[in-house]
Amino acid sequence: MTKFIKRGYLVLVLLFLYVPIVVLILQSFNAGVSRAKWEGFSLKWYADLFQSPAITNALYITVTIALLASFFATIIGTAAAIGIHAMRRRPQAAMMTLTNIPMTMPDIVTGISLMLLFIFTRVQRGYVTMLLAHITFNIPYVILSVLPKLKQMNRHSYEAALDLGATPGYALRKVILPFVMPGVITGALLSFTLSLDDFTISYFTTSPLVQNLSTLIYSEARKGIKPTMNALSALMFVALLILLLAINRRANKAQETKTNGGTR
Amino acid sequence: MISMRFPPWAIGAMILGLAGFAVMVAANVRQNRGVKRSLFAYPYSLWMVVFTIIPLLLIAYYAFTDRSGQFTLENFRTFWDSNHEMNKQLAELGFDPAALGGARGTVNVDTLVYSLWMAFLCTVICLFLGYPAALFMADRQFRLGATLVILFIIPMWMNFLLRTIAWMSLLEDNGLINSILTALGLPRMQLMYNSQAVLLGMVYNYLPFMVFPVYNALSKQDYRLSEAAMDLGASPILTFWRVTMPLSLPGVISGITMVFMPSVTTFFIPRVLGGGNTEMFGDLIERTFLSADNWNVGSALSLIMMVLILMSLTLLRKVDPEGEGGSTI
Amino acid sequence: MAERPQLIKLEDVSKQYDGAEVLSDINLYIRKNEFVTLLGPSGCGKTTTLRIIGGFEHPTTGRVLFDGQDITGLPPYKRRVNTVFQKYALFPHLNVFENIAFGLKVAKRPKDEIKARVEKLLTLVNLKEYGRRSVESLSGGQQQRIAIARALVNEPEVLLLDEPLGALDLKLRQEMQLELKRMQQRLGITFIYVTHDQEEALTMSDIIVVMREGYIQQIGTPKDVYDEPKSAFVANFVGESNIIRGTMLKDFLVSFCGAEFQCVDKGFGRNVPVDVLIRPEDLQVVEEGQGMLKGTVRSVLFKGVHYEMIIDTGEFSFKVHATTMQPEGAGVGLSVIPFNIHIMRPMPVELVEEEEAGE
Repeated sequence: MTKFIKRGYLVLVLLFLYVPIVVLILQSFNAGVSRAKWEGFSLKWYADLFQSPAITNALYITVTIALLASFFATIIGTAAAIGIHAMRRRPQAAMMTLTNIPMTMPDIVTGISLMLLFIFTRVQRGYVTMLLAHITFNIPYVILSVLPKLKQMNRHSYEAALDLGATPGYALRKVILPFVMPGVITGALLSFTLSLDDFTISYFTTSPLVQNLSTLIYSEARKGIKPTMNALSALMFVALLILLLAINRRANKAQETKTNGGTR
Repeated sequence: MISMRFPPWAIGAMILGLAGFAVMVAANVRQNRGVKRSLFAYPYSLWMVVFTIIPLLLIAYYAFTDRSGQFTLENFRTFWDSNHEMNKQLAELGFDPAALGGARGTVNVDTLVYSLWMAFLCTVICLFLGYPAALFMADRQFRLGATLVILFIIPMWMNFLLRTIAWMSLLEDNGLINSILTALGLPRMQLMYNSQAVLLGMVYNYLPFMVFPVYNALSKQDYRLSEAAMDLGASPILTFWRVTMPLSLPGVISGITMVFMPSVTTFFIPRVLGGGNTEMFGDLIERTFLSADNWNVGSALSLIMMVLILMSLTLLRKVDPEGEGGSTI
Repeated sequence: MAERPQLIKLEDVSKQYDGAEVLSDINLYIRKNEFVTLLGPSGCGKTTTLRIIGGFEHPTTGRVLFDGQDITGLPPYKRRVNTVFQKYALFPHLNVFENIAFGLKVAKRPKDEIKARVEKLLTLVNLKEYGRRSVESLSGGQQQRIAIARALVNEPEVLLLDEPLGALDLKLRQEMQLELKRMQQRLGITFIYVTHDQEEALTMSDIIVVMREGYIQQIGTPKDVYDEPKSAFVANFVGESNIIRGTMLKDFLVSFCGAEFQCVDKGFGRNVPVDVLIRPEDLQVVEEGQGMLKGTVRSVLFKGVHYEMIIDTGEFSFKVHATTMQPEGAGVGLSVIPFNIHIMRPMPVELVEEEEAGE
């Protein structure tokens, strides 16, 4: 009986989370424009998708920014995590405080402060400024994904490599990086999804001429969102789902081979 | 599309930073100890100074200066009294503001109080909805826990603006819920454009941020601790109350932080679901910056918000000094 | 036997972390083919000393010499010493074969040579068939052997071992002690071994270096250290002991517990306070009224090989090991032959108190 109540409760909570998403996806197949009335199944919003330059352009900007931002953030963040890990206690604490600042800052303050920076330095807001902002808010997430992996690592693994004649560079490439790779991938994925979904910071650091999907949706929210947008986000949702399932399966497989003792 | 120009001094500073890095690396290599690994954090520190520290200092700078760049505290007075500037101008023009009914404008303070109240409600609701969910998921007999965590994450991949807008289709006057009500012969309800709708949107968006850290804290807990408690004669309820719950507090604290912060500062949800009726502090800041174009007052408001958030974080840290619940997704 | 040449020499080495001194005035040389153990409680500086030899730490002052050459500033990858780390530090992303081959791959040796040498080492450590296994699937003892094989692959002149047996259970530890000793003799390599286990040190070493709070307390053969400890600390740390405050009346005569005893030590002066050491197995329990001391049995514990009795003489409670037991409460006599009374210079009072508080 209690088991039934517990499961029922979880189902209800999940229902609450999924209802709007189901509605959204249903709307994307609705023949009519109405948000509430079902007027028959249609794929016309999906066909419309690629005829709307505003949407394709925003999609292009969103995806390229997410890719570039997660790429740069992963490199800078991974290097930083390795550096921070090697530091003595006091500078390490200072660096962690520095890392925590943007994490504890509300998005709106991050966005506004960067906007002020760009205005103050007379840099025109647009694609590059949005990219810089995304890299900035992504780096701490990469660091926080990689650092725990480094801490998990046997303190002496790196030294063992040096002991066996490896130069620091070689030890870094062949011992540290392979070990922290799962953390690096987590950080990169997290950055990518955060970038894709970001609205507030993008809103303040770009110009109305360079819109990503979120800012485009925002500017259209008043006029009413076209079902085309629903179609697009349904597609992106499914794409992300497949991507992450694939990664998850690969990770599981790798785990299996490892526990099986590695076969060649 | 890529249109920007960097002023020469910015480029100069960048070159200087890189040169400093190169010198440090070279010095290390010459000492025959290879590159010190702590130097790997150098590009990051440089990045953070330029894109986090300096921007924050800029907010402080604008908050304490007027439009001509002179030091002033007027921006904070405007926060306290939103009519302050208007009344001052009236006085300069020779009018008596009091005679014109120019009393203190409480809009800004009211908005702040309202935002804090809404964020508090949202946090409490998320805690009461999320804690049981996390507890049931972390149950050792329940094998689907890890899978359910993924089910909680997946909705977050849908653009959050669209998800919020989707609630409109449910709550509208002729939306899904009202359609069902009419079909059942019940009267329509006003579900949109009020505080409850905004609260619903906030809870909907931030609930996972409460579930994850609490689930983490609970599932990491050694189950033998609660077994020990029961072994010593504690009933399941007492065991939960005396052992399981206190030990999950770091996760709860972390969840509270992760829900409260974005709730205070949200500026999209109230606009969509609250119409114009329920402005929150995030909206106010955005409006002051972009519509009223008043960076100085806007900066002052941002600064006030940051101080409030820092204060509440410090308070929470006291409860959880290790920050062990500090887990994102 | 001809003196073997000194291979490693530490000269006036000291090390400070953030102002706190963890090693002071370490002067130590290690000969070729010696099995040297650095022994001491945690925090005594033994691991730091080892890491300085390995090149992972740099001394604040002093020099490290290898074969007469100064290697103080040399990074670990340029030193001809290899280390078996605490908890092994095997690379989790590499399998057994790849772990052992690591040092050879770094040195860019040809493939067939790598294969041959790794196979040879796997045979040496009795894990011939395990090359393809992942290191995480191995037991503690097996991981231990892999760590040794990995460290030996570059044929170092010195092998540094940092508490290598600490994580193993008692039986396995004793087996590995013998195996390590055999390996050292067969390969003719110098071993520098760090442990806090005095029994391990006594079993395996040619030379034991007893350390405490950053200082070397005594350097000597296991027999020296056990039979002739230079201080109460060494006596207490290595083996069990009764340490009694006494007075050296003159050469060969000491007084403690209200009686005078013949002994074999001299050169302390007349009427000087000293520490007197008597090992529990060196005390004989005799009938009441006989012997030099008289006491009451306070407790008896059966320890397998012998009984451990606490015998209270009023001034001091002696720990005694004997193969026959006396019942609790019995009155007995205690006797000890002069050869087994060992006189030491007394420790400063504050150190003694610290020692007792620590127990």
